[in-house]
Amino acid sequence: MEYFAPTQASEATALLKKEGAYVLAGGTDLLVKLKSRMLKPNVVIDLKALPKIKAIEKTTSGWWIGAATPCAEITEHEELTKEWPGVCEALGLIGSTQIQGRASLGGNLCNASPAADSVPAVIAANTICVIATENGEREDLVENIVLSPGVTSLKPGEFILGFKLPRSQGRSGDSYLRLIPRTEMDIAVVGVGVSLSLDKAGNLETIRVCLGAVAPRQVLLPDLQKTCIGKQPSEELVQTLVELARKACSPINDKRGTVDYRTTVAGVLTKRAFKIALERAQAK
Amino acid sequence: MTQTNLQKDLKIVGTRPLRPDGADKVTGRALFGADKSLPNMLVGRVLRSPHAHAKIISIDTKAAEALPGVKAVITSKDFQDLPSEFVPAGEMMVNFKDMTRNIMAREKVLYEGHTVAAVAAINDAIAEEAMALIKVEYELLPHVMDVEEAEKPNAPLLHDDMITIGVEPAPKKPSNVAKRVEFGFGDLDKGFKEADLIIEKKFSTQPVHQGYIEPHACLASVSEDGQGELWVTTQGPFVVRNFCSKILGMSTSQIRVTASEIGGGFGGKTVIYLEPLALALSRKACRPVKMVMSRQEVLMASGPTSGAKIWVKIGVKKDGRITAGDAVLKFQAGAFQGSPIGPGAMCAFAPYEMTNVRVVGYDIVVNRPKVAAYRAPGGPISEYAVESVMDEIAQKLNLDPLELRLKNAAKEGTQAPYGPKLGPIGMIETLEAAKAHPHYSAPLGPNQGRGVASGFWFNIGGETCTSININEDGTVGLTLGTPDIGGSRASMAMMAAEELGVPMSTIRPIIGDTSSLGFNFLTGGSRVTFSSGMAVVESVREIIVELRKRAAQLWDVSIEKVEWVSGHARLVGSENPKSLSLRELAEAAGKTGGPIVGGASINATGAGPSLATHIVDVEVDPETGRTTVLRYTAIQDAGKAIHPSYVEGQMQGGAVQGIGWALNEEYVYDDNGKLLNPGFLDYRVPVCSDVPMIDTVIVEVPNPKHPYGVRGVGETPIVPPLAAVSNAVSRATNIRFNELPLSPPRVLAAIESR
Amino acid sequence: MSKKHISTVINGDAMEFLASPEQSLLDILRDELELTGSKEGCGTGDCGACSIMLDGRLVCSCLVLGVEADGKNIDTIEGMGNGSDMHPLQKKFLEHAALQCGICTPGILIAAKALLEKKPDPTEEEVRYWLAGNLCRCTGYDKIVRAVLDTAADMRAA
Repeated sequence: MEYFAPTQASEATALLKKEGAYVLAGGTDLLVKLKSRMLKPNVVIDLKALPKIKAIEKTTSGWWIGAATPCAEITEHEELTKEWPGVCEALGLIGSTQIQGRASLGGNLCNASPAADSVPAVIAANTICVIATENGEREDLVENIVLSPGVTSLKPGEFILGFKLPRSQGRSGDSYLRLIPRTEMDIAVVGVGVSLSLDKAGNLETIRVCLGAVAPRQVLLPDLQKTCIGKQPSEELVQTLVELARKACSPINDKRGTVDYRTTVAGVLTKRAFKIALERAQAK
Repeated sequence: MTQTNLQKDLKIVGTRPLRPDGADKVTGRALFGADKSLPNMLVGRVLRSPHAHAKIISIDTKAAEALPGVKAVITSKDFQDLPSEFVPAGEMMVNFKDMTRNIMAREKVLYEGHTVAAVAAINDAIAEEAMALIKVEYELLPHVMDVEEAEKPNAPLLHDDMITIGVEPAPKKPSNVAKRVEFGFGDLDKGFKEADLIIEKKFSTQPVHQGYIEPHACLASVSEDGQGELWVTTQGPFVVRNFCSKILGMSTSQIRVTASEIGGGFGGKTVIYLEPLALALSRKACRPVKMVMSRQEVLMASGPTSGAKIWVKIGVKKDGRITAGDAVLKFQAGAFQGSPIGPGAMCAFAPYEMTNVRVVGYDIVVNRPKVAAYRAPGGPISEYAVESVMDEIAQKLNLDPLELRLKNAAKEGTQAPYGPKLGPIGMIETLEAAKAHPHYSAPLGPNQGRGVASGFWFNIGGETCTSININEDGTVGLTLGTPDIGGSRASMAMMAAEELGVPMSTIRPIIGDTSSLGFNFLTGGSRVTFSSGMAVVESVREIIVELRKRAAQLWDVSIEKVEWVSGHARLVGSENPKSLSLRELAEAAGKTGGPIVGGASINATGAGPSLATHIVDVEVDPETGRTTVLRYTAIQDAGKAIHPSYVEGQMQGGAVQGIGWALNEEYVYDDNGKLLNPGFLDYRVPVCSDVPMIDTVIVEVPNPKHPYGVRGVGETPIVPPLAAVSNAVSRATNIRFNELPLSPPRVLAAIESR
Repeated sequence: MSKKHISTVINGDAMEFLASPEQSLLDILRDELELTGSKEGCGTGDCGACSIMLDGRLVCSCLVLGVEADGKNIDTIEGMGNGSDMHPLQKKFLEHAALQCGICTPGILIAAKALLEKKPDPTEEEVRYWLAGNLCRCTGYDKIVRAVLDTAADMRAA
């Protein structure tokens, strides 16, 4: 196995086209797979020396979060956590304090686990990925990246440079909740990310709800336009969301949860996450 | 050894000094099993069966042996076949014929992870390459994982010579039922007829692993002349020596075992896995071989405790008095016989005074790793079922659950269900303490419930040797043969210092290797403070006689004129009392006959049972079935707490292991008998944020058979929490549960079908 | 498989070693540098027994490649005390009997030190969640949490 730490994105994309080449950000997924011999890389490309790949920057148009930024730095960022509490809480739930010192949004996304904690929240937040290609860069919506367990839409040689999060506008709020059997250290049995905004009358202006761990990839609830937009966030609306969430699930039975359990709890967490996002929006 | 110090004004025993091995443990200096290396060392790795049940048709190791860098490859050919012979390992029995096969499969593999071969190479990468070159031909066999499936007449048969022991007449055909045990007395029919209420329930528990954070590890070095050294993380260096010498056909004196510091055992390190492999590889290669298990190997291939099916029937009068108790236990033994069915059956009703009682137990083999002892082996399982039924009885009769237990509590003179009359025990005292504790009367909120349960464990004594040397300056060397798993060096030094009347800091306790002491049974069975403590006290009392003799010699008086007080020899009854300090006597040792040494060799008997009562409050989220433990109080009879902090530590550690067992820990297998959760991610032990503070109350009902009244405390703490937590969840949800673990999907399913 | 030459500062001392890319930092610390205070309990980042500080950040050394340590500052348990003067946490752990077998203790001490440096006044809940990545099977965590809270109080008063 060879190890490289390129300082230019073009070096990295070239190396990544070699056979058996893998990128390394925080290493909290890659090294586990290395140890278990699930992966036998020929080449490991450490991205952490690339410019801006471990940076958090605020501009008027949005936030830049470098793909290899450790979660700990994100959750320590006062302004970002105030603006996007749901996204930051979600990132902050990944693993232990030690894992937080290394794990990144880029890694969590590209590992492509349906149960990844950061993904439902960043999808709900309308995040855009900036992807390094052999010709430069391209952008895509974050919900287009994960295709199925362990599989992303990135082409050979591509990797994520960073994420663009919009500035949160007006009366908006987001949240992420997950169900795990213990209090920490577990992979989510169900995860729900909600991002919404209210108009001056307190009706829903925008809403995105994304479920994790209930299907081969994250599920962004479709058709919320007619059920939610312009409506008061009433108990009936919440109940509608709960039913939509349950209908959208196609989970499996595995060592972490059953089909029935995941479906039921998806509804419960949707309700609870919605209420938190709503409270945050109403407080503004 | 019945001279107790119960009334004496104790200066050191009962206080909380710093442990003598503390600095090394908080600085990373202490050496555990994987921390040692030797020059010219090889790395040893184990090739394991991918199948739950298969015949081994052939093993071809030629390519592996030829790989450059590989220095030895071993298979069952390198081990002799041993005949059936049962020997103790902790509180359980193991069989040499089975042990030979467990450490290295012979005719068959009987569980996924079963050792098939082992290699030693100059580095890990080559060892792994070598393992991939070993060709094993298997003939797959159907497998069985559940005790009730394994009992069925057409179940896959693990051992074609297994005839159930304990059944008269003996069965004609082999089966997967290794043994039947039965305990009890009285007239069950009569007892149940007298009952106003009978509750009969079936329970099911899953196997759980001891969960020690340090994986099995050892470093073996066998020289050209056949002398072997073994550094190993173990609860029993002398037991390891015996087992290995037998399996390797070496004499006991040829192997010297040094116990490293041990990173947790809980019974799981009372047996051998890597040790004979490392010694065999080292013997073949004539170089040291280091072997360390990965966490996956620990979970796949080292013994958990049994999963079980338990059926309990209890009859009571409407005032709560038990009229009859009946139970049937079916324990998984894993691939080879030897579940803790005996102790499990003995303890089931032991907290109570029974007139009519019967417990029948079955030891049943299944295609899982061979079960090993886990803290009060068998006790938590059987007592979980009985304590759950007791709680249901309390609910149905509208009795306070502690009152119900008080009405039936075993006490001094009670005949235990397993036969003997009990000496003084603290069941009533722990129940009274629970009743009086502010936890018991604290208010509860919505979706919250409080559960109580009691627990009994008998504790053991056993063969123990210690030695004691008075150094030239009067300080003291104390050599123990029982590894220090939780702070026992401190307690030993405290008892020695108390007896000698010297500051504890002048005593240096070490754990000796197997060449420095006579046989010591292992650290386990809650026996170290009791047995090693007893041996230490005996050693010191003996050396005090020697010290008095030396003083008598120096003063030219008879020994009766010399007493030992506060670390000094003193001339009795003179107006100007002469005294000689330990230091002065030590400095004069050469003149008075030579170095002053002593020791004790005992087979400690009279270990007293330790009783406990636990109280736990939980909150259950009715929409997700998730349980939060809000508050926990553990009350236990320690007889005498030598070092209260370490007694509390045992209570707290056992309680939290029990919480894990009750709520989240279980093995998950696929349909092929392959383990799906061989790691700490999905084998869910409690983390720090999962539990509250564990408040403790130490009750002291002295054990008259120990010089300080000590009862072992290490095991009892894991017995009550299973039922205490389950009863709390039951009270919070108003649903009786009869299955562990109470994982959220199980609890929610029960809530939804209510 | 050729090894890379790596330069680091470990516990304040400049150290160099050769690392093959497959080796984790934990492997390097234990096998190459003989700093066996950090332990391997799981190899997958689930137990925290291998906890160290990497450039001031609490991490699991089993999930860092040895080659990634080039140019970095590493703090292990061996550097926690100051000669014979142990760190207040080390002393409190002994006072509170916050260890039984001691295998998790180095990792927990490193993690607790990181917590108190970041948050000198943690609540019990904050301590528990911070230490959730450090498994202990012996103590039930009670005395560990008490020792950390007690140390925090002492250090604030000092």
